Amino acid sequence: MKSQSLLTSIHPATVPDSLASHERAEIDASTRGPVLLFFGCSVFWLLVGSLLGLVAAWKMTHPGLLDSMAWLTFGRIRPAHLNVVVYGWAFQAGIGVALWLMARLCRIPLLHAKLLVSATLFWNLGVLIGVLGILAGDSRSVEWLELPGYATPILFLAYACIGVWAVIMFRYRRPGHVYVSQWYLLAAFLWFPWLYATANILLIWQPVQGSAQGAVNWWFARNVLGLWLTPIGLASAFYMIPKVLGRPIHSYYLSLLGFWALALFYSWNGMHHLIGGPFPAWMISASVVASILMIIPVITVAINHHMTMKGHFEALKWSPTLRFTVFGAMAYTVVSLQGCLMAIPSLNTITHFTDYTIGHAHLGLYGFFSMMMFGAIYYIVPRLVGWEWPSATMIRWHFWLAATGVLLMVGALTIGGLLQGLALYDPKVSFQSSLDFATPFRWVRGISGFLLLAGHLVFACLFVQMLLKIGHRRTGPALFTESKTEAASL
Amino acid sequence: MNKLPLFVIGVLCTFAFSWLGLVVYPFVKLGHLEPVPDEETGGYFPPTLSGAAVAGQQVYAANGCIYCHSQQVRPASLSTDIAKEVGPRRTVARDYLRERTVFLGTMRTGPDLANVGLRKTDPNWLHRHLYEPRSVTPWSIMPSYRYLYKMQKIQGQPSANALRELSGRHAPEPGYEVVPTDDANALVAYLLSLKRNYPLPEAPLPAAK
Ligand code: HEC
Repeated sequence: MKSQSLLTSIHPATVPDSLASHERAEIDASTRGPVLLFFGCSVFWLLVGSLLGLVAAWKMTHPGLLDSMAWLTFGRIRPAHLNVVVYGWAFQAGIGVALWLMARLCRIPLLHAKLLVSATLFWNLGVLIGVLGILAGDSRSVEWLELPGYATPILFLAYACIGVWAVIMFRYRRPGHVYVSQWYLLAAFLWFPWLYATANILLIWQPVQGSAQGAVNWWFARNVLGLWLTPIGLASAFYMIPKVLGRPIHSYYLSLLGFWALALFYSWNGMHHLIGGPFPAWMISASVVASILMIIPVITVAINHHMTMKGHFEALKWSPTLRFTVFGAMAYTVVSLQGCLMAIPSLNTITHFTDYTIGHAHLGLYGFFSMMMFGAIYYIVPRLVGWEWPSATMIRWHFWLAATGVLLMVGALTIGGLLQGLALYDPKVSFQSSLDFATPFRWVRGISGFLLLAGHLVFACLFVQMLLKIGHRRTGPALFTESKTEAASL
Repeated sequence: MNKLPLFVIGVLCTFAFSWLGLVVYPFVKLGHLEPVPDEETGGYFPPTLSGAAVAGQQVYAANGCIYCHSQQVRPASLSTDIAKEVGPRRTVARDYLRERTVFLGTMRTGPDLANVGLRKTDPNWLHRHLYEPRSVTPWSIMPSYRYLYKMQKIQGQPSANALRELSGRHAPEPGYEVVPTDDANALVAYLLSLKRNYPLPEAPLPAAK
C-alpha cells in the first residue's frame, strides 16, 4: 500500500499549497459560488437545527410543551433535529470546506461551478422534503436514516454530482506533493456513497429481515461520523493548524499511521452501540476490540497536532481560526478516548441507553466537528468574498457561547447519564429514580441549548455581514488581539 | 507519482472488510431466519402478528417511540436486565423476524418495551396512558398522544370503545367522550403483541422454579 514513491511524495516538511498569490486568488475565485452557497445553506440549517434541538430538549423536562399537534411531538422533533444538523449543517459545511481544500491542495481551479451550484440546491431540496416528511410522520425510525425513502434518492443524486468533482480535482491535480488532508478527503468522498447506498437499500427501500437491520444501522451511523465527517474535520485541522502558524505539521509518518489505522478500525466500531443485543457474540466482540484499537489513530493525530502547536500556543490568543480548530482537535481526542472507554462492556452496561450517549454524540458532532467547521469558515470566507470579518468581538462572543454551551451540555448529560445508568442498572432501584436523577441535568442541558443558539445567531449575523460586505473596511484580518498579524497571511 | 489506483484500492479494501463483516455477514446469517414450529399448539415462535399489530408498527415508527424506548433484553452476563424483569430471557435475532423495522432502540428514557404485552394486558390502560401518561403515572415525562384520539359529543349511548376511567382534569367534559382513532387501536394492538416469553432453541426459558 505505502509504496516508496507515495511515501516520499508527501514531504514531512511540506507546508500545504505553495502557490503564487495570483494563482491562489484564481483558485479561490473558482470555488466562490458553490462554497459560499454551501456555507450559506449550512448556516441556515444550523439555525433551524438548533431551534429544533432546543424544543426537543425542553420537552424532556416539560412533556406538555407544544404537545397538541402530531408534527410537534418529541418523537418527530428529535429526529428532525438530528437530520437537520447532520444533513443540513454538518454535511454542507463539510462539503464546502472539503471542496475548497481540495481545490487549493490540488492547485487547480474548480471547474463547472454552475453544476455544483445546482447540485447544492438539489441537496437542500432533499433535506427540506425529508425533514418535512419526518414531521409529517413518514419516518421509519431508523436512527440517522429517518429521512423518508422519497427524499434520499434526491440526496444521493445531489451527492453524486458533488462527490465526483472532488475525485476529478484529485485526478487532475497539479503534480507535486499530496498533502495528508487530501488523503482524508479523497477517502471520505469514496466511502460515503458506498455507505449511504448500502444503508438506504438495506434499511429503507428493501429492508432486510430482522435484527440484521440493527447491524447495518449502526455500521452506517458510526461510519457517517467516522469515515465521512471525521476525515473532513481532520483534513481541515491538518490544513489550518500549520497554515495559521506558518510551520509544517510535526510528523508525516504519524499522519500516515493515523490515517490507515482510522480506515481499518473505525469502520468496525458501530456494533458497540448494540452490546448485549441480538447478534452473534463475535460481531460485538470484534466491534469492542476495534473500538479500543481506535486509541492508535486518535493518539497519533493528537500527538501530531500537539507537537505542531507546541511552543505556539500563544497564537490561540489572536487567531479565531486556530482557536476554534484547536478546540475541535482537543474535543476529538477526548471524545474518541471516551468512545474507547464506552466500548468496554462493563462500562457500557451502565452508560448504554442513557443521556450519557447523547452527551458523547454532542461532544463529537459539536465539540469536534462543528467547531472545526467554524474555524475553517472563519479562514475561508474572507478569501472568497475579499472582505474581512467585521467584528472580532462578535467572533469572540461566538467562540465563548459555543464553547461554554457545548461543555455545559456534555458535562450535564455525562453526569446525569451516569446517575441514570446506575439507577437503571441496580435491581433494587425503581425506574422512577432513573428519571429523578436525570431531570436536573436535563434542565442544565436545556439552558446550554440557549447558549448554543445565541452563538449561532451571532455567527449567522457575521456571515450575512460578510456576504453583503457590511461593516467598516479593515486593512488586515479580524484578530482577537489587533497588534498581531496572521503569520501566513492569505 | 501516480499511485492513485493503489491508494484507492487500499481505501476501498479496508472499508470492504467491515462491510463484509457487519453488513454482508448479518445479511446472510440473520436475514433469513425461520420461525420455529410449536409442537403443542401447531403455531409458530415467534407467533404471527395480527394485521392491526403490523399497522401499529408503522404508528410506532411515525411517532418516534424508539427515541425513548428500547426493545431488547440483554443477557444476564452483560447486564442486570433479567434481574430487573425487563424480560424472562435475553432476546435473540429470531425474536425480530416479524418486524418490518426492528426497533431495538438506544435509549431507555422510558422502560424497555420488548415485553410490555406481558406487563400491561389491559387495552384501556394503554389507551389512557397514551392519551395522557400523567393520568396513570403522575411522574411520567412521556408525551401525550392525544392527537391519536378524538374527543366527540356522546350521541345517545356512549361508544363501546370510548376510553374508560379518565378522571380529574384529564376527563372529557360532561356529554363528551374520548375514542381512539384507527392509529391508536393499531398501536395498542402492537404493544399488546410484544411478548418474548416463548422458548427458542437458542434462547430457552429459564427452568421454572
Ligand atoms: C420522551 C420520552 C418518551 C416517548 C417519546 C415515549 N415514551 Fe413511553 N414512556 C416514557 C416514560 C418516561 C415512561 C415511564 C412512565 C410512564 O409509565 O408513563 C413510559 C412508559 C411507557 C409505557 C408503559 C411501560 C411500562 O412497562 O410501564 C408504554 C406502554 C409506553 N411508554 C409506550 C409508548 C409508546 C407507544 C410511545 C410512542 C407512541 C412512547 N411510549 C413514547 C417516555 C416516553
